[in-house]
Amino acid sequence: MTRLSWFNVVSLTLGFAFLYLPMVILIIFSFNESKLVTVWAGFSTKWYGELLQNEAFLDAAWVTLRVAVFSSTIATVLGTMAAYVLVRGGRFFGRTLFSGMIYAPLVMPEVITGLSLLLLFIGIGLDRGIFTIVLAHTTFSMCYVSVVVSSRLVTFDRSLEEAALDLGCAPAEAFRLVTLPIIAPAVISGWLLAFTLSLDDLVIASFTSGPSSTTLPIKIFSSVRLGVSPEINALSTLMIAVVAVGVIIASLATKRAALQRRREEQLATQT
Amino acid sequence: MDASAFAPWEDPQAQPLIRFKNVTKSFGTFTAIDDLSLDIFEKEFFALLGPSGCGKTTMMRMLAGFETPTSGVIELAGQDIAPVPPNQRAVNMMFQSYALFPHLSIWDNIAFGLKRDKMPKLDLQERVEAMLKLTRLEQFARRKPHQISGGQRQRVALARSLAKAPKLLLLDEPLGALDKKLRQDTQFELMDIQETTGTTFVIVTHDQEEAMTVASRVAVMDHGRIIQADTPDRIYESPNSVYVADFIGDVNIIQGQANPGEGDGYRLFWTEGQPPLIANSTKSFSAGQTCHLAIRPEKVTISAERPEDAANAVRGKVLDIAYLGNLSTYHVELPNGLVIKAQTANTRRISRRSFTWEDPVWLSWTATAGVLLAN
Ligand SMILES: Nc1ncnc2c1ncn2[C@@H]1O[C@H](COP(=O)(O)OP(=O)(O)OP(=O)(O)O)[C@@H](O)[C@H]1O
Ligand SMILES: [Mg+2]
Repeated sequence: MTRLSWFNVVSLTLGFAFLYLPMVILIIFSFNESKLVTVWAGFSTKWYGELLQNEAFLDAAWVTLRVAVFSSTIATVLGTMAAYVLVRGGRFFGRTLFSGMIYAPLVMPEVITGLSLLLLFIGIGLDRGIFTIVLAHTTFSMCYVSVVVSSRLVTFDRSLEEAALDLGCAPAEAFRLVTLPIIAPAVISGWLLAFTLSLDDLVIASFTSGPSSTTLPIKIFSSVRLGVSPEINALSTLMIAVVAVGVIIASLATKRAALQRRREEQLATQT
Repeated sequence: MDASAFAPWEDPQAQPLIRFKNVTKSFGTFTAIDDLSLDIFEKEFFALLGPSGCGKTTMMRMLAGFETPTSGVIELAGQDIAPVPPNQRAVNMMFQSYALFPHLSIWDNIAFGLKRDKMPKLDLQERVEAMLKLTRLEQFARRKPHQISGGQRQRVALARSLAKAPKLLLLDEPLGALDKKLRQDTQFELMDIQETTGTTFVIVTHDQEEAMTVASRVAVMDHGRIIQADTPDRIYESPNSVYVADFIGDVNIIQGQANPGEGDGYRLFWTEGQPPLIANSTKSFSAGQTCHLAIRPEKVTISAERPEDAANAVRGKVLDIAYLGNLSTYHVELPNGLVIKAQTANTRRISRRSFTWEDPVWLSWTATAGVLLAN
């Protein structure tokens, strides 16, 4: 292993400090005994206990989770279909317009997306609640999915689908048996992306949520406005933990897959 | 099989299995297939031969249903196949790029088409095993395509297309990546399969020897047209153009002016100060018409003395000798600078070879040895 020069050490430290210092402080203060967020008064886990008693937070967490699962799943289906049509559909009337428009929500300010959805829901008399948040999140995360999936589809060897057709598959069957299994990693990462986007979202959710359907980010944001409580710190720490565990599992899985592949390749060269 | 007995293309009553009627295929402004008409008959082993980019794959893709002709009609057993989608055609294709499914094992790749036909499990297993055996892939059955070599992949692709035993099988360069021994074995296997199943084969190959070995007829293509479609021996012995003569095997081309003699004999004036060459031709040429005498190297005899009764004899000196083991090819330069190749069988040891570099020699051939071609 090569030794790092002092310059590299400094820049590495600065970079990591910049990224993680705020989070570290937050985590430390979540274990603070005192109710005052800025004064350290000894170690305690009591805020975690209180958090588990707090119905409002638990409800919000449950709403958020449901919204994220539903919206990311619907967005994945729609986004994959859109990507498939855009990459494979050949030339059809309005193709350029359609492909331009599907990416528009990527660059659209969230406030505008949220506001326009709100106007739409009011216009058609849809009561705001979980359902409307799911719709809204599907709308904006679907284009992320379609970007991820279409970038995989353009490098996909078309003759594989042709071979499937040639061997007697109907087009839908060819998609299910050949295309989908091969592009599955892109579809899954599209789903994960949509899921985290939905988990994070504050702006669009606050436009489209109703009184009975507060998501966690909305809840946190509104309680912070009344003053930061150590309870919020505890909640945030939990969220960080969940995300960290997710990332670690994902990277372990990728590593295992790579190892598996290498083993198989070794096996292949042995005979 | 008696080659003379199987010749449906000679029979005007015979119904072709495949009929291309004035088929043109354009990609934008580029014409890949140019007003092509062709009949392929049932149980034929039809080889497509031609330089890269001449449209062989495009023809196959139209038969398989992945391209539609820009104009013209393709008929399969008398039916226009344009409205039939690829998955409903009794046609299987082996792709030039193999197109193996990367997420499936070799076994599942081969079984893929059979499963679509809902073949009973036991029959399916038997069929797949038979295909694995045929292509000598038994010990690779559980591997994925990325875990085997290029030649093995090619055999998987072949096995997968053979598995369904279709009425028409399209093979796009099926044996290119195999070594010579395995290739010859597989060629004979293919001919065997063809005879036992009666499947019609259309095969693309860059290897003319392969085309000559396996095919009932060979089509030589150029720029989206078929220049000549005929039996291998006729393609070789009586090509219809310099292009075909040159494409198949080695050939000497001597350009000159034809002058009709008696019967079907012609005199070819080919250079100043030399007697004309004598050649018979079934095609007629007008006096003074520019034409080409195409003559195969093995039909040219090389000797130290002028042969007594040769119809054609020219002097030259040995420029180069290519030793091919069983054969030697002499490159002989004529006084006008033209280089003629003459081939002899090496029945003696090399040390006793009769000619060496710079030796003056005579080349001779008979009046029927070559063909006269207009272009
Ligand atoms: N989809 C396409 N779009 C545009 N041009 C094409 C397309 N497919 C084929 N061509 C062109 O048509 C011509 C014939 O292609 P084809 O693949 O049939 O050649 P080939 O005879 O199979 O050549 P090879 O021996 O190299 O495989 C080529 O010049 C190719 O560039
Ligand atoms: Mg090709």
